[in-house]
Amino acid sequence: MQFYDKKQTIKFKNVNFATGFTLAGPKEKQGKLGSSFDLTLEDDKFGEKTFEKAERKMFEFAASGVIAKANMLPREIDTIIGGDLLNQIVSVSFAAKKFKSSFLGLYNACGTYVESLIVGSFLTEFFGKNVLCLSGSHFSTAERQYRYPLELGVLRSPVSQWTATGVGASILKPNNDGCPKIVAATLGRVTDFGILDVNNMGAAMAPAAKDTFTQYFTDTGKKPSDFDLIATGDLGKLGKEILIDLMEREGYDFNNNYIDCGAELYYESQKTYMGGSGAACSALVANGWLYNSLKKGNIKNLLLVGTGALMSPTTSFQGESIPAIAHLVEIEMPSKEKQC
Amino acid sequence: MKPKTEFKEITIENYKEYVFEKSPQSAHWKNMFWAFLVGGLICAFGQLLIELFLIWGVESELAPSLASATLVALAAIFTGIGIYDKLGRFAGAGSTVPITGFSNAMVAPALEFRSEGLIYGLGAKMFLIAGPVVVNGVLVSVVVALIRSLFLGVG
Repeated sequence: MQFYDKKQTIKFKNVNFATGFTLAGPKEKQGKLGSSFDLTLEDDKFGEKTFEKAERKMFEFAASGVIAKANMLPREIDTIIGGDLLNQIVSVSFAAKKFKSSFLGLYNACGTYVESLIVGSFLTEFFGKNVLCLSGSHFSTAERQYRYPLELGVLRSPVSQWTATGVGASILKPNNDGCPKIVAATLGRVTDFGILDVNNMGAAMAPAAKDTFTQYFTDTGKKPSDFDLIATGDLGKLGKEILIDLMEREGYDFNNNYIDCGAELYYESQKTYMGGSGAACSALVANGWLYNSLKKGNIKNLLLVGTGALMSPTTSFQGESIPAIAHLVEIEMPSKEKQC
Repeated sequence: MKPKTEFKEITIENYKEYVFEKSPQSAHWKNMFWAFLVGGLICAFGQLLIELFLIWGVESELAPSLASATLVALAAIFTGIGIYDKLGRFAGAGSTVPITGFSNAMVAPALEFRSEGLIYGLGAKMFLIAGPVVVNGVLVSVVVALIRSLFLGVG
């Protein structure tokens, strides 16, 4: 399309992805990536009275967990940046009460995790701050806000996805050599291709992902084969196929090294149809499996795109189509043999 | 899935069409089979209840109402212990259309929104799913009654 001449990609020199921490629900534990999570819940109520309280507690645990894993003290964190799927992003905001750091609440639906990494990178790069970025969701709280009560017996659409339960948290630090580094980010545009079916979010978000990828490749002159892995947040199996097709039409080959976090999270037998979704999806996969692979040296560089569908139940009932957004970060493992 | 039509280029205009062809479709025959089977079994069970009540000496006018009440109560219990939604996952309309589905539609939001209290939660949200059915049901029954009285007169 015509407007890729305006650059949207920003480069960072000094943003270290110091630690990643994941807390996942019981269904995610039984999924394909079950062994990659730091902490898993046996019970998705987490010993609380309501699912909302459980989600909040998950955020508190994930924030404390990542700080401990980084061998830091809570007061060393300058700013906490994050979001979740609930109205008024209450889970992360309420969890932030427990910390003395400043707090920025974000909402880009399921793209919130990558958005928080980008905002965090600004603070780390230009102001030398230690930033904690986190994002998460809970199946049971999201389901009742966006769809039906849990106990209602309804057929699920074959194109639907399953909101992942979990929280992923990361710490960004300046001057911490040897860690994976966030070296670039592309800020996405809101794209609306007219999809009305709220079950088919993969199809609604795929054009946004295509837009951001094309922007990034145009800005940098790189190609998909320059990367060991390319990952999207929660397009699901259908959205993934659509994106491969859309990218092929733009002249980029996504057949070899491209995965979707949502499509990787569960086994077929777990009946999630098109795979996982939710603000937890990309955060769980990026902070667990992808971060570990970077540190072990299995992959040297990675493009991570967080995709978000920006509708609300109100706009859907009023018959409006689903706008979507995608943000990209490029993460690289420095070649030096030095542990961070 | 491969779309049937060759899409030369994908634009905002033809994207919906493209997505529709690429999406896996609902397994209609399978869904209809399960809906027929489960719905039929629920109704057959209702008939069985009526026959049983009659055998137990309940008046013939009272027996159907009693059977409905039993079905509603059973569905409410099965919703409470988390079985009815699993049934609905594959039975679809088979478990929504009979009176048991109505019970499920009342109990499910009541359980879910209990956490917001008895008034703003349970009380306000209990008719979330069933409310529109009741409203439209009453409306349609009035319209039908009007049409009937136009042709056949009142009474």
